[in-house]
Amino acid sequence: MSRLIVGPFNRVEGDLEVQLDVSGDAVVGARVVSPLYRGFEAMLVGKPAGDALVYAPRICGICSVSQSVAAAGALQGASGVVAPVNGHLAVNLVHAVENIADHLTHFYLFFMPDFARAVYAGEGWYAATVERFTALKGSASADFLPARTGFMALMGILAGKWPHTLAIQPGGSTRAVSRAEIARMGGMLQGFRRFLERVTFADTLENVAALASRDALLAWAEPRATTGDFARFVMLSQGLGLNQLGRTHIRHMSFGAYHDSDGHLFARGTFADGAPGPLPLNRIAEDVAHAWYQGAPAHPAAGQTRPDVSADGYSWCKAPRLDGQVAEVGALSRQLVAGHALALDCARGGANVEARVAARMLEVALVVSEMERWLAAIDPAAPFITHPIDPADGAGAGLTEAARGSLGHWLQADQGRIANYQIIAPTTWNFSPRDAAGVPGPLEQALQGAPIRTGETEPVAVQHIVRSFDPCMVCTVH
Amino acid sequence: MSAPLSLVWLQSGGCGGCTLSLLGADAPDLLATLAAANVDVLWHPSLSEASGAEARTLLADIAGGRRKVDIVCLEGSVINGPAGSGRFHMAAGTGEPMRDLVAAICARAGVVIAVGSCAAFGGITAGGDNHVEATGLSYDGTAPGGLLGPDFRGQGGLPVVNIAGCPIHPGWFTDTLLQYAAGALTREDLDEWERPLAYTAHLVHHGCARNEFYEFKASAETPGDMGCMMENLGCKGTQARADCNIRAWNGSGSCLDGNYACINCTAPGFEEPGHAFAVTPKVGGIPIGLPTDMPKAWFVALASLSKAATPKRLRENATRATPSVLPHDKRRDGK
Repeated sequence: MSRLIVGPFNRVEGDLEVQLDVSGDAVVGARVVSPLYRGFEAMLVGKPAGDALVYAPRICGICSVSQSVAAAGALQGASGVVAPVNGHLAVNLVHAVENIADHLTHFYLFFMPDFARAVYAGEGWYAATVERFTALKGSASADFLPARTGFMALMGILAGKWPHTLAIQPGGSTRAVSRAEIARMGGMLQGFRRFLERVTFADTLENVAALASRDALLAWAEPRATTGDFARFVMLSQGLGLNQLGRTHIRHMSFGAYHDSDGHLFARGTFADGAPGPLPLNRIAEDVAHAWYQGAPAHPAAGQTRPDVSADGYSWCKAPRLDGQVAEVGALSRQLVAGHALALDCARGGANVEARVAARMLEVALVVSEMERWLAAIDPAAPFITHPIDPADGAGAGLTEAARGSLGHWLQADQGRIANYQIIAPTTWNFSPRDAAGVPGPLEQALQGAPIRTGETEPVAVQHIVRSFDPCMVCTVH
Repeated sequence: MSAPLSLVWLQSGGCGGCTLSLLGADAPDLLATLAAANVDVLWHPSLSEASGAEARTLLADIAGGRRKVDIVCLEGSVINGPAGSGRFHMAAGTGEPMRDLVAAICARAGVVIAVGSCAAFGGITAGGDNHVEATGLSYDGTAPGGLLGPDFRGQGGLPVVNIAGCPIHPGWFTDTLLQYAAGALTREDLDEWERPLAYTAHLVHHGCARNEFYEFKASAETPGDMGCMMENLGCKGTQARADCNIRAWNGSGSCLDGNYACINCTAPGFEEPGHAFAVTPKVGGIPIGLPTDMPKAWFVALASLSKAATPKRLRENATRATPSVLPHDKRRDGK
């Protein structure tokens, strides 16, 4: 057995190292190292409670709005303020712009360039993939970036700017929009839909959203393999067997996405062994047995963050567990909990690289259509914000779904100041180290058995598996 | 065509938001900017194909002087903790503090660009008690120093160029890169904190759509109100140096246009304002953070005069989310 150290592991958000134990032509063990600690939780203690809205989004430049939504949710829980309908609609639109832009940034800039690597030079699709997806230089980057910029112009209206807006407040949104602006944003959404239907899918969003099985997906992709980017992925995934790669057989979790007064667009819950289940939020705990911290396992409402470089660990990432067990989060988990037929079928033999990517693209189709409905539902004559009452004393939990999975903030306020603040980000779940029982985290499990080609020091299969989780390392440790 | 300018981008104690903002560059977009500046990106952690050993070799070759680099960008602060060890950020795959790799690569650069307030001054990462010991490249907050020291100069003779902001506006970076590539970026183009004057010759106040409310001291009272946010809601736009209300964000926006206060994110030390961000500190009812270059007595006198002269339209609208009184041309009424 030998050890490979892969790092810097780029085209993820932030810094990452993966240590692999290799035997023969396969990975037999993996340790995921999050090498950066910035100390946001300690930074927040003692601050005026409302200042969480300034600091928290700056945890992450790619999930900034998700961090704002979670912080506002925690303050909302502590203060009891209730947002008006327009507040929910505006915040959901801002959140959706970020999440959908993130899904596509991952697909076009982070994930697909690995298929343009020289290791695939013998594949029939190689030349076309190099032309389309080579990092920075491929034609897809040149198509995608202007479309992304046009889509993000919605942020200029609804959020002032992105990343790091302060428009998202416990009581809704600071930014009321007029009838004229609603009409203009409708035009922007139409422009983005045209990009998706022409370039990304080569089909309507509705037809993509209606795909109900993996066989249907393959049949859909074949005639579009030279005209649509998602179909290009599906065909090469089928050729490379990416539905067999990076498998996990663990419980999926979702905090519920796009909240309004009636609940969530995508449900809150868990999914395991082919069936949905409840989410016992009081049974979340973070274990630090293999992380560089002092302390015992604790629920985040009572959690502490005490860094200790002399501790016996290998990562700055804590190990969150649900009911003592590992949980996987992300777009696939969200769609499994929500019960979408395509996600259920693609993950029938366990979560895998192909299913994780397909679920992201499915969400692009589902959410952009939903955004059109949210925009139409805004009543410009009604309020967008209920004036916030700063929490003097109290506790609150802000639970939401970032593009890459479940994000929670747990706040304790005392006389208007933050007494304790704990954050568990999506990649904290997915890239967690081992816990006290020695159980590896989701990525560590997914990497076991990954094939290694002769002479590879940076195994391409490992590249695909790691990036299939769309990791955000700056969120992971925060 | 002359040889391209090579660029390496490193990240340490930050959020990656400056890169994500930069991807939204518009007219020119990022790819057009790189082409126009004739820049070859040797490595960027979010955008390059090279991973692992290939990236480590490239960075080691640059640090060792075996491969030339013209432009070095750092995004995120330099992490020195705990106790000066740098172990809060060990560069992945190397077992070495990231800080040491950054220093070695900067020493080889034609020009060093600090991208964002973290890399320039320490920024948000230096907030609270800064137990991670975050600094900028040539400042530790407002104190000259940082990783490279105040006397550092790139091989081309410029100090670290500080494109401060949290995050940067994409145009601040693309303008600076194009100006540097054209050989037109000099010490005279940088302000007292070595920030490009292209954007810091302005105040955020310039072009603010609330200027009329400011003139008459018609103030917002709660988040989302239309009035001026300086008196009550913590806005620092009259002191903050940036062109945010002249150069739109994400097509048409700005913080002020989003109906929330400017927090002066281009300034060293913005992360610890000494008061709640969204509340204006006052002494005897008068905001302490008045425009820096205006005599206070004059400001107070003019403010009380203009308050007395506030038109009904502004007084009514200032505390509302949408206007109740609109400008109106009386000639249309036949009077």
